[in-house]
Amino acid sequence: MDRAATAEKIAALIAPFNKKDIAVTDATSFAGDLEFDSLTVMDFVAAIEDEFDIIISMNAQAEIETYGQLVDAVVKLQG
Amino acid sequence: MTDLFSKFDPMIQMRADLLATGVTDPFGLVMEKVISPTVAICNGRETILLGTYNYMGQTFDPDVIAAGKKALDDFGSGTTGSRVLNGTYSPHRDVEEALKEFYGMDHAMVFSTGYQANLGIISTIAGKGDYIVLDIDSHASIWDGCKMGDAEVVPFKHNDIEAMEKRLRRIPEGAGKLVVLEGVYSMLGDIAPLKDMIAIARKYGAMVLVDEAHSMGFIGPNGRGVAEEQGCLDDVDFVIGTFSKSVGTVGGFCVSNHPKFEIMRLVCRPYVFTASLPPSVVATAATSVRKLMHAADKRAHLWENSRTLHKGLRDSGFQLGTDEPQSAIISVIMPDLERGAMMWEALLHEGLYVNLARPPATPANMTLLRCSLCALHTADQVQTIIGMFQRAGKTAGIL
Repeated sequence: MDRAATAEKIAALIAPFNKKDIAVTDATSFAGDLEFDSLTVMDFVAAIEDEFDIIISMNAQAEIETYGQLVDAVVKLQG
Repeated sequence: MTDLFSKFDPMIQMRADLLATGVTDPFGLVMEKVISPTVAICNGRETILLGTYNYMGQTFDPDVIAAGKKALDDFGSGTTGSRVLNGTYSPHRDVEEALKEFYGMDHAMVFSTGYQANLGIISTIAGKGDYIVLDIDSHASIWDGCKMGDAEVVPFKHNDIEAMEKRLRRIPEGAGKLVVLEGVYSMLGDIAPLKDMIAIARKYGAMVLVDEAHSMGFIGPNGRGVAEEQGCLDDVDFVIGTFSKSVGTVGGFCVSNHPKFEIMRLVCRPYVFTASLPPSVVATAATSVRKLMHAADKRAHLWENSRTLHKGLRDSGFQLGTDEPQSAIISVIMPDLERGAMMWEALLHEGLYVNLARPPATPANMTLLRCSLCALHTADQVQTIIGMFQRAGKTAGIL
């Protein structure tokens, strides 16, 4: 799957967790802008993993702060 | 200069706000005198202890105390050295023998604390390129073991068998896998469906580590824990346990049938680079572990206490962490930290000590009043406790 298609799918998965309807760009951060707490992160990561059938380990999650970084990581993890 | 402590400001503020309400500091309790495993003098008041991990009431057992005193006389107050250098005395070997007898396993390795046992074993056996798959509600010592090692860390939703399997399935071919589970999860007192989870872990070729800290001594036909109770202990590669709960002293251990297990004594840094336990501590532990092998009556009474308290609190109208009593921990769910602290204080005034547990130690940001029962609580004490909860619940506006 190319970056645009991956980005679109991830955006759709963010929607149910985006309680304040923040406009999501590549620079949008999960902790700061979207205010994800640790419980939300767990559910959200599980949703992404199931959608793309991948593992995003805690080690990989530590490197991901923004939507853009997540899209890049998922593209890479899909191989 | 950047104050390195500024990162703690939210915690400092939360604590200040809580204390500003006038409640007694729930994290500053001092026991001035300990009368028995179930009663102490706290702030000048005789208090029933319902928040210790002294599940089997071994701390004042005459044989246990005598063994400790003798070792203190015979071997001195401490070893001043690592287990692998000058810190292994015959009582250290003896307590490892006692553990092998207790679990019916080939190898036992004793650490200075249970925290270090998890830290050491997990960080050492799972290395770079390996995967650790663990329950999201795992104890801090398990998380810290993961953080200290170089493996990829993959958590799954608490006790969710399907979520665990999905993650195991996605791990790249050929990678080493370690599944980390707990028998009893100590915040809510719930147990894991170990039999099903371990069968799946095996199917995917993972090694399995189970922390049985909160089950030793009273769950399973021989008190070996939840894995024994569910008939899957033979499929567990590493059991982690502690002396600071049912055994009644301090120390941690790992038991295993792995043929190469003894190499851990040389490669496991939290075992090597710390002083060994004082001889008196391991002597009390060895005596206590052997007594726990023949403690069926105590075990039965502890379960009776757990059932009575669970029913009594539920019938009084409290919201509990489990629908049925699954362990010696009964968790009472509080609406928020402030009312939880009020209730905790009201109980203390009644003469009852329980643990106040709050985020981040708790799952789902809950505030809990955690009650842990002892085999030496009398049936009368349990009834007294239920009455105290009912009065305190009204005082704090929970009921």
